[in-house]
Amino acid sequence: MSALQSRAALNDFTIKLANVNGTGSSSANGLLMKAIFRMGIPVVGKNIFPSNIQGLPTWYEIRVTEKGYHGRSGDVHLMVAMNAKTYTQDLAELSPGGVLLYDSTWPHPEFMNRSDITVIGVPFARMCNGAFKAARSRILMKNMAYIGSVVALLDLDMKVIHELVREMFAAKPKLIDLNLQALTLGFDHVKEHFDGTLDIKVEARDLTTGKIMIDGNEATALGCVFGGATFGAWYPITPSTSIMDGFTKYCRMFRVDPETQEHKYCIIQAEDELAAAGMVVGASWNGARAFTPTSGAGISLMSEFIGYAYYTEIPMVLFDVQRTGPSTGMPTRTQQCDMQICAYASHGDTCHILLFPSQPQECFEMAAQALDLAERFQTPVFVLSDLDIGMNDWMVDALSWDDSYQPDRGKVLSKTDLEKMDKFHRYLDVDGDYIPYRTLPGTDPKGAYFTRGSGHNKWGSYTEEGQEYKELVDRLRNKWASAADKVPAPVLKASKGSSNYAILSVGSCDGAVIEACDRLEAQGVHLDYMRVRGFPFCQQVEDFIDAHDTVFVIEQNRDAQLLNLLLVETNVAREKLVPILHYSGEPLDYRFVFQALHEALALRKTA
Amino acid sequence: MSSFAKPLIRRKDAPTNDLGLIRADYDGAMSTLCAGCGHDSVTAGLTRAFFELSIAPHKAVKVSGIGCSSKTTAYFLGQSHGINTVHGRMPAVATGAVAANSALSYVGVSGDGDSLSIGLGQFVHAMRRNVNMLYMLENNGVYGLTKGQFSAAADFGASSKKGEINEQPPLDPVSLALSVGATFVARAFSGDKDQLVSLIKAGLKHKGFALIDVISPCVSFNDHKGSTKSYAHAYKYYHPAIHADYVPVGKEITAAYQAGELLPVEMHDGGTLQLRKLQNGYDPRDRARAMAKVFETKDSDETVTGLLYIDETQKDMHALNRMEARPLNEIPYAELNPGADKLEALQKKFR
Ligand SMILES: Cc1ncc(C[n+]2csc(CCOP(=O)(O)OP(=O)(O)O)c2C)c(N)n1
Ligand code: SF4
Ligand SMILES: [Mg+2]
Repeated sequence: MSALQSRAALNDFTIKLANVNGTGSSSANGLLMKAIFRMGIPVVGKNIFPSNIQGLPTWYEIRVTEKGYHGRSGDVHLMVAMNAKTYTQDLAELSPGGVLLYDSTWPHPEFMNRSDITVIGVPFARMCNGAFKAARSRILMKNMAYIGSVVALLDLDMKVIHELVREMFAAKPKLIDLNLQALTLGFDHVKEHFDGTLDIKVEARDLTTGKIMIDGNEATALGCVFGGATFGAWYPITPSTSIMDGFTKYCRMFRVDPETQEHKYCIIQAEDELAAAGMVVGASWNGARAFTPTSGAGISLMSEFIGYAYYTEIPMVLFDVQRTGPSTGMPTRTQQCDMQICAYASHGDTCHILLFPSQPQECFEMAAQALDLAERFQTPVFVLSDLDIGMNDWMVDALSWDDSYQPDRGKVLSKTDLEKMDKFHRYLDVDGDYIPYRTLPGTDPKGAYFTRGSGHNKWGSYTEEGQEYKELVDRLRNKWASAADKVPAPVLKASKGSSNYAILSVGSCDGAVIEACDRLEAQGVHLDYMRVRGFPFCQQVEDFIDAHDTVFVIEQNRDAQLLNLLLVETNVAREKLVPILHYSGEPLDYRFVFQALHEALALRKTA
Repeated sequence: MSSFAKPLIRRKDAPTNDLGLIRADYDGAMSTLCAGCGHDSVTAGLTRAFFELSIAPHKAVKVSGIGCSSKTTAYFLGQSHGINTVHGRMPAVATGAVAANSALSYVGVSGDGDSLSIGLGQFVHAMRRNVNMLYMLENNGVYGLTKGQFSAAADFGASSKKGEINEQPPLDPVSLALSVGATFVARAFSGDKDQLVSLIKAGLKHKGFALIDVISPCVSFNDHKGSTKSYAHAYKYYHPAIHADYVPVGKEITAAYQAGELLPVEMHDGGTLQLRKLQNGYDPRDRARAMAKVFETKDSDETVTGLLYIDETQKDMHALNRMEARPLNEIPYAELNPGADKLEALQKKFR
């Protein structure tokens, strides 16, 4: 066993379930995870799925972590191998001392080649074919049967499982008995045929009170509803689609007049991302709080409008749930690969405000913050989450809302304001804060102005005069820079000892980085850690880098995009920044970070 | 400079509209288009129509794409909000704007390049959504602003100023609009101001997407012999089929027509549209007949103009989305926030 692999322990191990997609396995796997969560033990769930509807390999990973870490472990202690096509790979991935559970309807003697694992065969297909008639239910019930076996192996509370099954099929009560029967099949078989003891055990705790399990897209959708967004335009793209599914669901729940059935919102599925972006521009220009969810390919298409909104100073909120690029890339795999394109999206001199949530609860908060910032600064604001955050269920603190919140609609002049004014000029920096006033159509004849993406001066008129042009774009640069203190502040985790080394990271790397830090700390290696949450970077980020000799910049892309942004936008010394890059498309695990830091530090010590 | 302020001269005897405003109150900046450009006549038509309909300038919104035609939104209704968007993408911006506030009058101005090449997708989808707006497609068969390349509307066999012959079939906005379910489809010619103004008025009053394809000659790049979008060609072949007069509620119909000649269409605001047949057997409420008529004349030189199709009964985007009448930007946050207790309650399912 490599020094980095760790054995399973009570309430501390990882289950990986290998399935074929389109067979209904993911709801069964979700149920398993939820059961452990309800037993009071923190969990981490990762769905690793193909860009396909039926027939390709898919994995679901459940990490049971009493310590409540957010990242993956990098180990697999129990492999539930239900896909014959991936047996070889699944077998190889199993950590020493691990357990392999497979469908022994078809024998696989090669599993015995590994003497360092326990192999448990249960004839799931045979049992289900005997017990269920319909072809589809034979496939579906096999999922419940293996869950039953896992329940037996882990000592899970069957009562909790039953309760979840009842909730899951509340609308289709006929299915409850079938599912319970399948659970029992798998459970009984293990109880009858297996009497060894395993490391992988679950014992109830009380560590999940006040917590919820939610994915980032659902949380984002809720953030948009609570943040007061009334208009959304979109074009379907994985992994962002469920943001609009969620927004639609919650608008139907909360924004339909019970008497008239009329909507207090508008959602348009556009013909493409260009149109979606244009619709958001139009709605925002006209005073609605508007957003669009998308992923990298969509950002490429939206770029012309992003530059337009930047130059004409129209609020716009974009949620980019990043997936692996370039081009179509691996659409169902995660990455942090759009930071650079979003920072400077569109031709000409452009720079944008970015927010980086690290988990769903931050998605919720940052959605509302993004709506405020976009209207305050009259410019596009991007929230960059990723597939891992957006589509996986995360255990986070329950969401809460302060009802005294009032949206910051920014500097919009009312009819009374206009009546008091001599003359309105759209792009004049009246307050010296780089932010001009705007007016909405229909307010008052005095408020009328002409919005154009062509050269314009501070009076709002067309110009081709170099000086007038420069004055305006210089103000835009200053306006952008002034957002540095208004974007969410970085989060600092100081090490216990003093350290010349530090880590700077972003978004969904957080869980794995924190855990790697803790483990290094336990070995006496001290690293300060800062997680950036906004762009433009605030002074604290630069100060943090200045205060250390070496800063490892950990991110999930090939080209060190965060590191590059730091080099471009701060005065830090290039040689201080050392990239640690993960870009396989799978969510980051602490072992990767630990190992990379370990090696980098060893190298530095011997040098 | 692309626009100059126009001095507002108020003559004492200038006629006023129902709001007490004069024509000049509907002017915009001075046009910088070539002298004689068809687009300027369309601008004049829009100015007159808004004035005559007594629409308060600040209750109108102008949206456009990019091109000589799209520039013209700066040249009328200087007291209205206007937004010159990006090339070919005006329909999306208009869609978002209309969604946010349907209480204003929207006019979109575009060109044949803007709408039929780069923006074809958005143009078609705005019609499918039946966005409540008037859409002026100022059609000159070329890209004026980039100096005379053929547009997708260039007719088969037409020659360019440089002498090239177009051998690709044209995209006809009218048949396109009919085939994707547009609810108001008209064709006009910038040289026939009266017809144009009455169509603009009807289009503004139509609830839903109103397309007016206006033959609007480009004097600099497409007004030569061999062009099928020249003034000479348009004057020779254009053929009014249906005349449309918008009559507001309570106003008398003054013109005298022969019995059976008039087809009244009730408009959403209570006014009436008086359709006058200029050709026998044509009914602009019949999509199939409209299609047939347009196709029959496609291969001839004849250009049928007028209100070719109207359906006042379809739901517009607002109705399709079941939106309330109040503009989205006027709904107070208190009505949008479900409240902390609701958030708490809904999270049971996440536990
Ligand atoms: C993305 C993009 N590509 C190209 C252009 C250059 N361009 C400006 S106007 C135009 C054609 C306009 O033609 P049309 O809509 O027919 O307007 P007209 O000038 O004929 O009235 C083109 C190609 C642009 N502005 N943006
Ligand atoms: S180039 Fe043609 S379309 Fe453009 S302004 Fe001149 S005449 Fe009009
Ligand atoms: Mg043109």
